[in-house]
Amino acid sequence: MATDTKKVLFGPVIDNNPIALQVLGVCSALAVTSSLANALVMTLAVMLVTGFSNLFISLIRHQIPSSVRIIVQMVIIASLVILVDQVLKAFSYQLSKELSVFIGLIITNCIVMGRAEAFAMKEKPGVSFLDGIGNGLGYGAVLMVVAFFRELFGFGELFGYEVFTLVQNNGWYQGNGLLVLPFSSFFIIGLIIWAIRQFRPEQVEKD
Amino acid sequence: MSDTKKKETFGGTVGFVFIICLVCAALVSIAAVGLKPLQTANKLLDKQTKILEASGLLAIALKAENIKALGGESESIVDTYEKYVDAKMISLATGKVIEGNVKTFDERADARDISKSSIPENDIAGINRQADHAVVYLIKDEQGKVSTIVLPIVGSGLWDLMYGFIGLESDLNTVKSLIYSELKETPGLGAEVLNPKWKALWPGKEMFDEQGNIAIQIVKGGAKAGNIHGVDALSGATLTSNGVENTLHFWLGKEGYGPFITNYRAGGLN
Repeated sequence: MATDTKKVLFGPVIDNNPIALQVLGVCSALAVTSSLANALVMTLAVMLVTGFSNLFISLIRHQIPSSVRIIVQMVIIASLVILVDQVLKAFSYQLSKELSVFIGLIITNCIVMGRAEAFAMKEKPGVSFLDGIGNGLGYGAVLMVVAFFRELFGFGELFGYEVFTLVQNNGWYQGNGLLVLPFSSFFIIGLIIWAIRQFRPEQVEKD
Repeated sequence: MSDTKKKETFGGTVGFVFIICLVCAALVSIAAVGLKPLQTANKLLDKQTKILEASGLLAIALKAENIKALGGESESIVDTYEKYVDAKMISLATGKVIEGNVKTFDERADARDISKSSIPENDIAGINRQADHAVVYLIKDEQGKVSTIVLPIVGSGLWDLMYGFIGLESDLNTVKSLIYSELKETPGLGAEVLNPKWKALWPGKEMFDEQGNIAIQIVKGGAKAGNIHGVDALSGATLTSNGVENTLHFWLGKEGYGPFITNYRAGGLN
């Protein structure tokens, strides 16, 4: 397994990206990508939750009765998400106010449960943890790219710092109203998938 | 999945689930209880910051913070708040100051409680239920004279309720600021109520005309220069703009702070 470490950790970024190839977790990718700061916090939160849920589920994988395994996974994931939410509320109130329900909705992010069921139930704890972190990275990579375009062309800012001065503030740049709205992520994610498949033609589904 | 047979029995399954639930519940409870003080402090600090912003004192607080850079942000905001702000609970119906714990008062919880709230007759702000009591914030200057009064407001925007504060000079007519603290309006359109340039349109506007009627209005296409009651509407956000106007009309009216304003002008607080 040790030789595969790199593949497990970085594979999900391009080769097996949870959003671009597995098409999981698109919902939250639409919602939290209006600014880079939000996308970054969401990425970290999802990375921690997938990593640790994979770790804990893998640790007890031999004890989990298969008839209730989904519920057990759910309980562990939900507990971790609540922990993240509580910590964020205590230490970064402004961000938690902006991300509001989306942190709680990590529970329903298919990536977390998908990795628990597909990977952590079969593999050792260490490699499961890395797989979780890796999938979080893959998810986050797409989020950051989408957020980059949306914040730059929608608001003329990057991480809240002004890059293009908006017309509202007596500048020259007219913010793109489409990119401000969540569904614009569909277009950007579509373009990302297209770009990845240009370089990885093996990802294209056969007709 | 080739493990002990025991784990697939009924008793084994129930036992396992029980233990997992116990462990998870314990973890979540510890986190929730342990972090509660920090979270409450954050919430309070956020509210106090907004109140100071509405009263125009935030700049002073932030300056104090810069000076004692090591003390940290929270301290100087709390200090400034403690020094200048006098919170008073009032009954909205009579406009009189009443006894009550302003620290624990939660307008939103009260508005949900049937025994502590009522349905407004003319609900132009679209709030459905309104708490019977409210907390108003009297901002005193160095001499202890009231210079600004901050009133919490709430009303429907396009998507959801928008919570905020309106800062008025002591004549309870001239606007000092309109600060929204919580809203879910569309970014770039309705959420531009948070844009400093739009907020800068408010100071100096007058809420009431000479006959004492509520006159503040949001003007589509831009208020004419010298229009003391008009503020430019937000482009592309008609419903949010209407929401702001309706919210102000509701809260300044007789079902909002109307009685309090009459009382205060008559010196009824002293």
